[in-house]
Amino acid sequence: MWSRLHGIIVKEFVQLGRDRLALTLMLFVPVAMLFIFGWAINTDVKHAPTAVVDQSGSVEARTLLEALANSQYFDVRHWPRSTRELTRMIDDGTAKVGIVIPPDYARQLARGRAQVQVIVDASDPQVATSAMNAATSLAAARSLALLAQTREGTVLRNDAPPLDFRVRAWYNPDLVSAIFIVPGLIGALLMQTTVSVMAIAIVRERERGTLEALVVSPIRRWELLLGKIAPNLLVAYGQMTMALVVAHFVFDVPIRGSLVLLYGLSAVFMWGTLGVGIFVSAASRTVPQAMQLSFMTFLPSIYLSGLLFPIEGMPPGAQWLAHVIPLTYYVVVLGVYPKPVVMAALRVAAPLF
Amino acid sequence: MPSSGPSLEAPDPERHAVVTRGLTKRFGRVVAVDHLDLAVRRGELYGFLGPNGAGKSTTLRMLCGILEPSEGEGQVLGIDLRRNPERVKSAIGYMSQRFSLYDDLTVGENLTFYTRVYMVPRAERAARIERMLRLGDLVGRERQLAGELSGGYRQRLALTCALVHGPALIFLDEPTAGVDPVSRRTFWALIRRLADQGTTILVTTHYMDEAELCDTLGFIYQGRLIAHGPPAHIKAETFARQVIELAAADPRAAADALADWDAVEEVVRAGARVRVIAARGGLGTGAVTDYLRGRGVAVEWANEVEPTVEDLFVSFVDRERKARVREQLRALGADGT
Repeated sequence: MWSRLHGIIVKEFVQLGRDRLALTLMLFVPVAMLFIFGWAINTDVKHAPTAVVDQSGSVEARTLLEALANSQYFDVRHWPRSTRELTRMIDDGTAKVGIVIPPDYARQLARGRAQVQVIVDASDPQVATSAMNAATSLAAARSLALLAQTREGTVLRNDAPPLDFRVRAWYNPDLVSAIFIVPGLIGALLMQTTVSVMAIAIVRERERGTLEALVVSPIRRWELLLGKIAPNLLVAYGQMTMALVVAHFVFDVPIRGSLVLLYGLSAVFMWGTLGVGIFVSAASRTVPQAMQLSFMTFLPSIYLSGLLFPIEGMPPGAQWLAHVIPLTYYVVVLGVYPKPVVMAALRVAAPLF
Repeated sequence: MPSSGPSLEAPDPERHAVVTRGLTKRFGRVVAVDHLDLAVRRGELYGFLGPNGAGKSTTLRMLCGILEPSEGEGQVLGIDLRRNPERVKSAIGYMSQRFSLYDDLTVGENLTFYTRVYMVPRAERAARIERMLRLGDLVGRERQLAGELSGGYRQRLALTCALVHGPALIFLDEPTAGVDPVSRRTFWALIRRLADQGTTILVTTHYMDEAELCDTLGFIYQGRLIAHGPPAHIKAETFARQVIELAAADPRAAADALADWDAVEEVVRAGARVRVIAARGGLGTGAVTDYLRGRGVAVEWANEVEPTVEDLFVSFVDRERKARVREQLRALGADGT
C-alpha cells in the first residue's frame, strides 16, 4: 500500500519538476495577477452591519438613528451596552461600523454643538469609504434640517453645523484598498491554479492512456487520488507563501494574525479546491476541456465568494450558492490575517466554523 | 479447418492460465460478450482475433478484473474473477496499444514507478529493472525520456513495464498498432521467446503474419467465439482464398456491382478502397477491372494482396451466418442447403 502511494507521489513530483513551464506558471502567475488586480479593483457598498451605543436614549437620538437607517448605507443590527463591547464587535467583524451617541446628546444638540463618534472598520476600504462618505453627508443633511428648524427657515452661511460626526477609521486608517483586496485575491488565485492543475493532472493521464494502466494495476482509487493531491498541495503552499510575501512587501498588507492558523486553514481550503479539480477531471475528456471547465468554476467563485461584493447583499439563492463555494470561507480566513484577532473573528464571520 | 465450439480437452486451472465458462457481459440491452468459453493453456501464445467491436476489449477487461461479468465464471491463474478481482490485478501484466508510458519520465523512472505500483520488494527492484532493461534492449537508455524514444523502443519499454513484477500471464491489447514492420518483428520475436520460457501471453492483433506466430488462435465475433485452433489450420483456410484490393472513383458503386457477381465470395469496403474475396484462382485483377468497366465503374488500380485476419473473418462470419440460416430452416422442417 505504501509502496503504491509512494510510487504515485514520487512520479507526480518528478513530472512537476520536468514540466518547467507549468511549474513556473503555477508559482508566478498568481503573483503577477496579484499585481494587476491589487491595483485595479475598487467598488461601492451598502448595508454595512452597524452597531450602536445609544447612551442618550433621547428622542433626538432615535431621529438620528432613523436617518441613518434610511440612508441604506447602515444596517443597525446590534445594540452593545458599552463602548468596550462595541470595540469587541468591530474587532471580530460582527459590525463594520460603530456609532456612539453621547449621554448628553439632546442637550448638546440644543446648544447647537453635538458630537457623535463614528468608528469604521477600514480593513475593507470599500465598506469604510462608503460608510464614511455616507456618515459625513448624513451629518451635513441633519445639520441643515436642524438649523432650519431652529432658525425658522433661514440658514446663515457662517453658521457652524450643529451635528458633528467624528469619523475614525480603524485597522487601515489610510484606507489602502490592498489590505482588503489582496488577501482575498490570494485565495482566488490559489483556487484557480489548484483546481486546474489537479484536473489536468488526472485528465492528462486519461488522454495519454496511462490511466488505463493504473486502472488495471493493483492501485486503489484513494491511493491514486491522495498520491496526486499531496504533491500539488505542497506546490500550492509554495504559491501561497510567495503571494503572502508580495502582499506584505509590495502592498504593505500587515500580518497581525496567526500564520500557523492561516497555513492550517489553507490546507482545508486547498483540500476543497483540489477536490473541485478532481470533480472537473471527471467531467472532461481532454486537457483543454478541463481547463475550460476549471475556468467556469473560477468565475462564480470570484463573484459569489464575497471577495468583490458582500454576501449579505445577495439574493437568497446566490447566498446559498456562496456557501457551497470553498473560496467563500477562505476569503473570510484571509480577511482576518491582517487583524490581531483570530478565532473569534472566524467564528462570527462564517457560521460554519 | 479450425474446430468450432469449446475445446475438446477439459479445461482445468492446473494446466490452463485462463478458463472461462459462459462468460457474458451485457451493457443495458447490448450483449458485448455472449457466453464465451475460453481455454488458454499455460505457457501458450494465444492470438485473440476479431473485428473492432466484436467484444475483444470487453473480454480482456473482464479477464483483468476491472469489469464484473454479468453472467458466467472465469479463472485467471487459478484466481476467481468474481471473488478476487484485486488479486487478479496484481498477478497479471497488461499492455495496451497506447503503451501507457509517462513521456516526461525517463526509461528508468517509468520502470521504477511500475515496480512500486506492483509492490516489487525494495531489495529486488534494482535487479528487476536491470533485467527488464536487458530484456527490452534498453540498456544505456535509462536516463532518456520515454517521449524521446522511437516507436519500437517505446513499445518494448511498455512491455517491460507490464512484466516488471514477473507475472505468469500477460495481456497484450494490439501491442503492435502503429509500429514499423522491423520493430514489429523484433517485438514478436521477444514475446515468442517469453512464451517459450513459460509466460502465458494472450495477444490481440489485426496482422496475419503475427497471428501465424501464435500457438492457438481464437476468433471472436458478436461476443462469441466462432472458431479456434492452431494457425496451421487457419492457414489452410487462407490458402483457399485470394484477395484483390482495388481503388475506384466511386467505391460504393464498385462494391455494389461486385456483390452481385457469383465468382465473388465477399466484398469489403474500407474508405476509398474495395477488397474482393474469392476462391483461390477464381479471379484475376484483369477480370475484376474488366467486369467493373463493363458496368460503367472506372477502376484506378487493382492488386492481388495477402489475405488479412479481417478477410478471414469475413469468410468465417459468412459461414457462421449460413450455419444459422441452415439451423433455422431445419427447425422449420424445410430442406436446408
